[in-house]
Amino acid sequence: MQLRAALHKDLLLQWRGRSQAIAIFVFGATSLLLFSFAIGPNAEALRQHAAGFIWLALLLSSTLTLAESFQGEMEEHALEGLLLLPADARALYYGKALANWAQLTLLGVALVPLMVVLYDAPLPRAGGLLGIILLGAAGLSAPGTLYAAMTAQTRARQTLLPLLLFPLVVPVLLASVKATSLLLTGDPMGQLYAWTALLACFDAIHWSLCGLLFERVVED
Amino acid sequence: MGVPRGSVLMVTGRNGSGKSTLLRILATAIRSDHGTARVEGFDVRRSVQEVRRRVAFLSHHLYLYDSLSALENLRVAARFLGRDASRPALLPLLAEVGLADRADDATLTFSAGMRKRLALARVLLQPASVVLLDEPYGQLDPPGFRLVDGLLRRLRERGATVLMATHLLERGGDLCDRGIVLEEGRLAWEGPARELAARSGLDAPALVEGGA
Repeated sequence: MQLRAALHKDLLLQWRGRSQAIAIFVFGATSLLLFSFAIGPNAEALRQHAAGFIWLALLLSSTLTLAESFQGEMEEHALEGLLLLPADARALYYGKALANWAQLTLLGVALVPLMVVLYDAPLPRAGGLLGIILLGAAGLSAPGTLYAAMTAQTRARQTLLPLLLFPLVVPVLLASVKATSLLLTGDPMGQLYAWTALLACFDAIHWSLCGLLFERVVED
Repeated sequence: MGVPRGSVLMVTGRNGSGKSTLLRILATAIRSDHGTARVEGFDVRRSVQEVRRRVAFLSHHLYLYDSLSALENLRVAARFLGRDASRPALLPLLAEVGLADRADDATLTFSAGMRKRLALARVLLQPASVVLLDEPYGQLDPPGFRLVDGLLRRLRERGATVLMATHLLERGGDLCDRGIVLEEGRLAWEGPARELAARSGLDAPALVEGGA
């Protein structure tokens, strides 16, 4: 019941802030474009780096999405108001993390056509790539939501969030890039399963752990 | 000190005397460094959820989402409270605070007074036995003052215990049973609210210095 209320609230807030989501997509698309300039007009090199750059663009954009998701909660201390109702802190966390997951997944999916065009990447199997984006976005969203809550009330939140988040999500970045790359360029050694399993394990651990830690973060 | 169940207490004192801090501690929004406070027998440090289930709090922070409409703000709270979040159930509350015709407007477009009215509607939504009001008259116009007066009377009829922090001693004198004056976080004076109101020409520090 409370989780449904939290999810409904966060999806509604995201819908109302969709202009911000569009701006974040433009930021991600611009990052992809600039990365392609860094490689130059070498089609083979572009194809090789496509997986890495789409995940870098998604990672950079994710800090904006995650920070933004707590902006509305802090303006009039709405999160405190919900806790005093009392709303369950875990429901608040999972509602926010699920909504962030959905937004990051949409962002990842929206960046795929750009990657195909800008990097001359082969058209991937839609189902497989969607699965990797779902797993990778979940890996960014779970710890990202927790850290966004931690940094939301600090003055240097725009700097602190990536400083805290990036080192933690290195395994997500590595596994997502490898899995996407194998999907795009072929998987002769059958490594795809191992990388997706690593992503799934990371997600399981962080979705469980961060839900438990969130209460301490928002109450203390 | 204690506040009898079902009574209305006016809390006053100069700026920074600890009025809001007292209410925020009782609402479990912050934890006290030392001392003990209980709400209906529940310790505010140890039984946080039990206290929260019994308390509705009108804070300086209005706990609103700017991008949501007035109705949506109430709907969010109603869903968490497990109450009917439908439009027909919530519109009467908005009508009560004079915002029925602005139900679908984003609160971002509201004036400070209208935001305060919406926050009052949110307090009314909660079936709390203890109501903490921090400067409820602040930013309101004269009809808004009457709205708060009506709210206090309704809460009294409902048997709720109310603590109201305010500087409007005359207003509180008519509506509250007792009054306290805080000075640097300590209880400096306690007595009938009417007596406090009768000295409304004096500010709270002068009242304390007067040895009342």
